[in-house]
Amino acid sequence: MIIAERKPMAEILEMVEDCEKVLVLACRGCVTVCSAGGEREADILSSLIRLGMKKAGKSIEVSTASLVRQCDREYVAEIDQWDGEYDAIVSTACGVGVNFISNLRKDTMVYPALNTTFFGGSAEQGEWTEQCAGCGDCVLHLTGGLCPVARCAKSLMNGPCGGSVDGRCEIRKDVECIWQSIHDRLGSFDRSAQMEVIAPIRDWSTAGHGGPRKVVRDDLTV
Amino acid sequence: MSFDPAITLFSCHYTSQQSCSEEGKELEQLGFPESINLVRMPCTGKLQVRTLLQAFEDGADGVYVVGCPVVGCHNAKGSERAAKRVEVVRSALEELGVEGGRVQMYHLPRGLHPEFVEKGKEMENRIRDLGPSPFKS
Repeated sequence: MIIAERKPMAEILEMVEDCEKVLVLACRGCVTVCSAGGEREADILSSLIRLGMKKAGKSIEVSTASLVRQCDREYVAEIDQWDGEYDAIVSTACGVGVNFISNLRKDTMVYPALNTTFFGGSAEQGEWTEQCAGCGDCVLHLTGGLCPVARCAKSLMNGPCGGSVDGRCEIRKDVECIWQSIHDRLGSFDRSAQMEVIAPIRDWSTAGHGGPRKVVRDDLTV
Repeated sequence: MSFDPAITLFSCHYTSQQSCSEEGKELEQLGFPESINLVRMPCTGKLQVRTLLQAFEDGADGVYVVGCPVVGCHNAKGSERAAKRVEVVRSALEELGVEGGRVQMYHLPRGLHPEFVEKGKEMENRIRDLGPSPFKS
């Protein structure tokens, strides 16, 4: 899922300082699961905006609503029900949601309440870790299902780098050396020889270095 | 600055039993501050961040929570969860430039204990020192 975190309140309050009525719009997709931008978090943010503005001696009307997702046209269309009612929408979706609203509703000012951080999974309760970089050319079948692009600090394709100690990365002790883990995991499947295969120089154009990416499925378009 | 603070206390049934003693008069007899509005709940684990913030929105100068000891909570982890949520609110208050000490968690023994009144007085003194909530201006 997409992992995100709330922006600092000072930043959010600056966005809405000239507003009299705002709608904090939650997303019931990924950001609900990672407890950053679901209905509960939007409700908390609404309260914090009201308190922050009150402290600044300003009054603001803050309402809360949610969409199933903010990354699909049909769900974003639901914001039309609030047309003209608010000076701005503060979206607690990931950056995709904010972009989608901006793309589709030219008259709606939308602000991001979250910093979108990475594609990750829930490692423990309340803890999420990056697992995928969305690089567009997956090599997991060669690396024991563990991603060197997202999980190696240097995104090495022929690791490890030599800086790791006891299976930990040299950048921080709490980061595993994913190449050590790849080595160990391949070994457990009797596929250590895979480590000897030199990965070719990579074409990073699929990773966004060739500009914004797009997927078109002819079989799904009518 | 001298003022009459408004303090909201959320407490579980187990740690606030004194509020039921002597036909509900025991706390008053023991000198429990009148400025404290006690909200009893089955377990402080039920408390949400939003509920604590609402108390500030409703005009509280300070908010505190009394739950069971961390080890020995009647509902296993209820008071531990409450303490985490209090920390979230404290951190949010500080982000807004407001003293984090306006919200506090206490873990107290269950049943009838003098600490319940002592902590109430401690909280009232703290809020008196801090002055009125900046959210009231």
